[in-house]
Amino acid sequence: MEHHDVVIIGGGPAGLTLACELRERGRKDVVVLEREAQAGGIPRHCGHGGFGLYNSWRTHKGPTFAKLLREPAREIDLRTATTVLNFTMSGNLRLHSAKGIQEMSAGTLVLATGTREASRAARLIGGNKLPGVMNTGELQQRVYLNHEKPFSRPVIIGSEWVSFSSLLTCRHAGMRVQAMITEEASLDAPGIFGLGARLVFGAPVLRKAKLRAILGHKKVEAVEVEQGGTTKQIACDGVIISGKFRSESALYADGFIEREGWAPKVTEQFKTSRPNVLAVGNVLGHLERAGTCMLQARELAKVMTA
Amino acid sequence: MSERFDIAVIGCGVVGLAILRRLAMSGLKAVALEKGADILSGASKGNSALLHTGFDAPPKSLELKCMQAGYAEYLDIRQNLNLPLLETSAIIAAWNEEEKAKLEGIEKKARANGVNDVKQLSPTELRIREPQLSRNALGGLLVPGEHVIDPWSAPLAYAHQAIAHGAKIIRKAEVTAARFEKDAWHLTTAQGEVTARIVINAAGLYGDKVEALARTPSFEVKPRKGQFVVFDKPAAKLLRAILLPVPTARTKGVVLFRTIFGNLAIGPTAEETDERENATTDTATLEKLKARAIEMLPALKDVDVTALYAGLRPATQQSEYIIEADEKQNWITAAGIRSTGLTGSLGIAQHVSALYAKHFGKLPKKLPPPKWTPVPNLAEHAIRPYMKGGEIICHCEWVTRGEIEAATKGPLPAGDLAGLKRRTRATMGRCQGFYCAQHVSAAFEKAKHGAS
Ligand SMILES: Cc1cc2nc3c(=O)[nH]c(=O)nc-3n(C[C@H](O)[C@H](O)[C@H](O)COP(=O)(O)OP(=O)(O)OC[C@H]3O[C@@H](n4cnc5c(N)ncnc54)[C@H](O)[C@@H]3O)c2cc1C
Ligand SMILES: Cc1cc2nc3c(=O)[nH]c(=O)nc-3n(C[C@H](O)[C@H](O)[C@H](O)COP(=O)(O)OP(=O)(O)OC[C@H]3O[C@@H](n4cnc5c(N)ncnc54)[C@H](O)[C@@H]3O)c2cc1C
Repeated sequence: MEHHDVVIIGGGPAGLTLACELRERGRKDVVVLEREAQAGGIPRHCGHGGFGLYNSWRTHKGPTFAKLLREPAREIDLRTATTVLNFTMSGNLRLHSAKGIQEMSAGTLVLATGTREASRAARLIGGNKLPGVMNTGELQQRVYLNHEKPFSRPVIIGSEWVSFSSLLTCRHAGMRVQAMITEEASLDAPGIFGLGARLVFGAPVLRKAKLRAILGHKKVEAVEVEQGGTTKQIACDGVIISGKFRSESALYADGFIEREGWAPKVTEQFKTSRPNVLAVGNVLGHLERAGTCMLQARELAKVMTA
Repeated sequence: MSERFDIAVIGCGVVGLAILRRLAMSGLKAVALEKGADILSGASKGNSALLHTGFDAPPKSLELKCMQAGYAEYLDIRQNLNLPLLETSAIIAAWNEEEKAKLEGIEKKARANGVNDVKQLSPTELRIREPQLSRNALGGLLVPGEHVIDPWSAPLAYAHQAIAHGAKIIRKAEVTAARFEKDAWHLTTAQGEVTARIVINAAGLYGDKVEALARTPSFEVKPRKGQFVVFDKPAAKLLRAILLPVPTARTKGVVLFRTIFGNLAIGPTAEETDERENATTDTATLEKLKARAIEMLPALKDVDVTALYAGLRPATQQSEYIIEADEKQNWITAAGIRSTGLTGSLGIAQHVSALYAKHFGKLPKKLPPPKWTPVPNLAEHAIRPYMKGGEIICHCEWVTRGEIEAATKGPLPAGDLAGLKRRTRATMGRCQGFYCAQHVSAAFEKAKHGAS
């Protein structure tokens, strides 16, 4: 069986940065496993600006940023199109690649699998199953990678700062957002979008409001929103379900390591409940900016080589 | 173009397809007409996918007979068609004394129905079998023969086998009128006229409407909706058996069960509706279902919900299947197949074939050997395509590009995206398309255009 000193699962900003830092610090036998055909993680499909190194003010568009990340990573053993399926009882990895399934063992294993948004299903949003209901991930890939315009008058559910990423994406594609609907009392976003906003880019903001159902026959025609005990319908032709990020927990949800909510339970030193398993980046449960995840990865590299 | 068929089946749900398969294998020239862009566009697209023993069916009913014959034939043919079976057994759990008192009656009925291996479980036995089950359960009745199957691959395999035996399936072919002329029916469809000596109405939720094209319907379809909540894969480890409730006079209650795809689901509700097309879910009901699941299996509180769906049962005013042949009108009706049609379909096909032989002409005694058309396995517990390699496109369900391409080829390529999902499971997992939806639809479009 193949063995490596360090195996990192996930080739996003956190995983790639960790691998590069470890290499600079003299750890030679480091492998990054990434299931997509290309490494870079979420920024690959965030076509808008706002990605900075270590929270610096110089920002890039997501894809450019992802490219900048991949450049130094040329030196490392990065295996794309390689999915970690699960772990064996003894803690080895089961990998899938074009060749089939293979096992691998690791001295130290690092989870850097990122987060994803709570789906419509996880939020128990009822109504009809219709095309034109998607999360930010799908929206961005359609708009920025495929140059599609899946709808023209969507509503956006959520108000975390990534919901504003959806807003930017909609603007880029020439869509008119009909409303932003949030369960919160105030907008959870920084700066100019902050507290008490009634309009964002011209779209009304419905606060303390909950999406109950998505209506329509062949396509989305309206959403049903509950606000202060009454329900009303808002006409739209698409629904973007954004935010409520949760750790990509598929690999450990079955009890491989202890959890705190959906995220791995970790110490300040990024240690999980299993002695040789660490976790870094957005998998820790908060949607941080890319630069913050990279700082975390640098921090972890220090800990691992101390 | 005046091709004349022996048989035209209206409707490509599981019932229509099983009938098509059996009659085609009997040497009849058969065609099936489906309104939707793909097969399984009606009641058959959303159910619990349980293979029932018939332990609680009305004694001596046609439903019971068809279920038991269907069950036996499924076990008989499933290996040749590569169809899965998740051997779970079922437990009817009693949550209070009143329910506990009813178990004996259920046991008696099961035995009367020929299901003799049922067995009462004490609370301790129940706990040993299902350690994660809430301690509030007071005991249960074990039905070893109840299992879980794949609701979509089975009818797909029947369709493929029918085609291998010469049958034709025409989709986007809603039948809008029927005229009997010169010993044959002339059916007006969206794809032109189809002529057949005998028509079989297997139109499920539209059974009464299709019946009305030819005769006065003796029944009316009153759809009954069932909603489901599906939990993520780690949940499947928490339960072995299908957990059935003790039925009350009012309702059969909701079931907690593992799916063939490695998830755990709760449902269905039973709600009267006028809607035949769109099975909608509603948050209040979903919340209740989820809460009930957690109540029964407390560890579920730490597992995410990954999917929601609803199905429509083609219920009528009577609980019995409506299967009859009208000798004068060259018409067979197979309607009102309400809530056991997945199990019963192969048995219904046997019954329909016997009706045909009785009323419309002998079927050949000596048949050509069956041609087997195995389908790709989607069941989590058996060997799946990705295990041999290839490029995974859907990361939650581990669906490969090869599978998606294969589903768009062959004699019955996926007719739409929903059909592609039923054939491969792509985008049906926990991320609900965050990562892959865009790749999957692009691959589908490419394969479709490449093919045509
Ligand atoms: C819509 C949106 C907009 C954003 N906008 C900004 C912004 O403007 N500025 C900013 O700084 N940040 C932004 N962010 C946040 C930023 O993208 C994240 O902080 C960063 O990508 C997190 O890095 P990560 O490496 O932890 O996770 P990810 O980038 O999510 O990478 C995880 C990687 O792990 C891989 N993976 C997961 N499971 C497996 C497995 N089983 N096997 C193999 N590989 C696996 C995934 O394919 C992925 O490539 C945005 C995020 C979103 C979602
Ligand atoms: C919630 C729920 C749970 C269930 N659980 C189980 C279970 O666990 N086990 C089990 O065995 N059974 C179960 N069932 C029952 C099973 O799903 C049904 O009995 C079965 O699907 C009925 O199939 P059908 O072919 O008769 O009808 P349908 O699937 O409705 O097929 C009829 C087809 O005819 C087509 N059609 C209609 N009108 C026309 C027209 N004019 N021209 C051409 N085509 C037309 C429709 O598009 C449709 O595809 C369940 C059902 C539901 C709803």
